[in-house]
Amino acid sequence: MEIHVNWGMCEGNGVCAIEAPAVFDLDDDDNLIVLDETPPESQRKPLEAAIRACPKRALKIV
Amino acid sequence: MENIVVVGASLAGLSAVRELRAEGFSGSITVIGDEQIRPYDRPPLSKQIITGKLTASEISLESPDEELSAEWRLGVTATALDLAGKRVALDSGESLTFDGLVIATGARPRQMPGSKLRGVFTLRTLAEAEELRHTLTEGTPRVVIVGGGFIGAELAASCRSLGLEVSVIEAGPTPMGAVLGDVIGSGLAALHRNNGVNLLLGLGVEELIGETEVRGIRMLDGSTIEADIVVLAIGVVPSTDWLVGSGLKMDNGVVCDASCLAAPDVVAAGDVARWPNQLSGEFRRVEHWDNAIRQGEHAARRLLAGSDDEKILAYEPVPWVWSDQYDRKFQIVGSPAGHDEVRLVQGTEHDERFIALYRKDRHVSAVFGSNQTRKVLAYRKRIQDRLLWADALAELDQAPQPASV
Ligand SMILES: Cc1cc2nc3c(=O)[nH]c(=O)nc-3n(C[C@H](O)[C@H](O)[C@H](O)COP(=O)(O)OP(=O)(O)OC[C@H]3O[C@@H](n4cnc5c(N)ncnc54)[C@H](O)[C@@H]3O)c2cc1C
Ligand code: SF4
Repeated sequence: MEIHVNWGMCEGNGVCAIEAPAVFDLDDDDNLIVLDETPPESQRKPLEAAIRACPKRALKIV
Repeated sequence: MENIVVVGASLAGLSAVRELRAEGFSGSITVIGDEQIRPYDRPPLSKQIITGKLTASEISLESPDEELSAEWRLGVTATALDLAGKRVALDSGESLTFDGLVIATGARPRQMPGSKLRGVFTLRTLAEAEELRHTLTEGTPRVVIVGGGFIGAELAASCRSLGLEVSVIEAGPTPMGAVLGDVIGSGLAALHRNNGVNLLLGLGVEELIGETEVRGIRMLDGSTIEADIVVLAIGVVPSTDWLVGSGLKMDNGVVCDASCLAAPDVVAAGDVARWPNQLSGEFRRVEHWDNAIRQGEHAARRLLAGSDDEKILAYEPVPWVWSDQYDRKFQIVGSPAGHDEVRLVQGTEHDERFIALYRKDRHVSAVFGSNQTRKVLAYRKRIQDRLLWADALAELDQAPQPASV
């Protein structure tokens, strides 16, 4: 599984980091950090929750 | 359950449909929506659609590769619900039977006498936002916004970035003060004034002036203010007119139980739904984006659970809302309304970055942050876990005695 972020859309509101903390985080300036670009299958459920909850539709599994 | 009807083709309805399919429901789904278009995102309407940074085609809520196998009946209004016969009547003259019903008709702007005058707007739909943008960018109209809540404040910021003269009339002593407290409210007031908004506080509106076209507003104190465009941002009312006489309980929204059930095989979600949140103890509607998603999903699962007690769960979220104004991203987690105490734990209300905690009884009930997304969001989980006020302050090295503000 590979995660794709549309950086043009992302506004760093960090909702994804709540849903999938093993995959996403924010830095001190509230920019999104992807901790794991190819997360294991066990992260699928939290990742899907993050994708659904992202207000900017900036996330995709490719 | 073979056949589910969803009324309301927006965020809560779409989220319910997605969850029904994700949970393996393979029966038929029909979505009824009175707007002509597929679901779109409303938050940009007061921001990027007005400023022109985004256009209609960029705010769709669906992704192109999404296959939900639902039938979309758009431009069609549900006019009545027959609970016993399990039917929804449509303005097209048809009626649809259902095994399960999702009510997701949202809310619409509150109006006031004179709303029909030319030049008076409300802002809820894409059609309204596009018309408003068109009018705002023709010449340089003087804009008056009634209401200093989120939508009024965001729209004021958008008008300023278009270079327009804009006034905001707010009945309270500070914008959003009734919910956030007047300390944070005064910070918001200063932000608007520093950005050139003519902020009129503590003033009630008597009436809109004009014969066919709006010319201004008369205030309760007898003064008047001239306007070319008036935007009413005085809150919303739940869209429940079609349910009158259905036998469903309605009281400022569709009244649900703790699991979002309104009647057997009928659930409600999003801005229209009022339910007891057992975590916060509140019985209210939540009019935010994130709630429309989560509650839509929860309601879908509730519908599928039927009478299987093991699968029936209470819906007890910690609300989260954001609001973008000027260079600020405000975030609130939890419910600040009805708080006992507010305390700034980082920065002051006049800084670009600050955080305030809200106390209700012994717990942290909400956190408000300005450009502090990461820290604010971290509290969401902790409020869910019933974070104690004393513990939150101790962590931050704050003295526990209440310096009530
Ligand atoms: C301008 C604006 C800015 C916003 N900004 C933010 C923000 O920054 N952050 C945030 O958290 N939230 C924001 N919100 C709130 C958020 O958009 C709403 O909470 C969300 O749209 C609620 O979704 P919903 O599906 O419950 O209702 P709605 O989006 O209101 O959808 C209900 C749909 O049902 C339709 N309908 C109603 N009655 C009928 C009927 N009888 N038959 C058929 N269809 C019917 C309506 O026309 C509508 O299409 C904003 C809202 C607006 C208007
Ligand atoms: S939820 Fe979406 S917009 Fe927000 S930080 Fe994550 S990817 Fe970016």
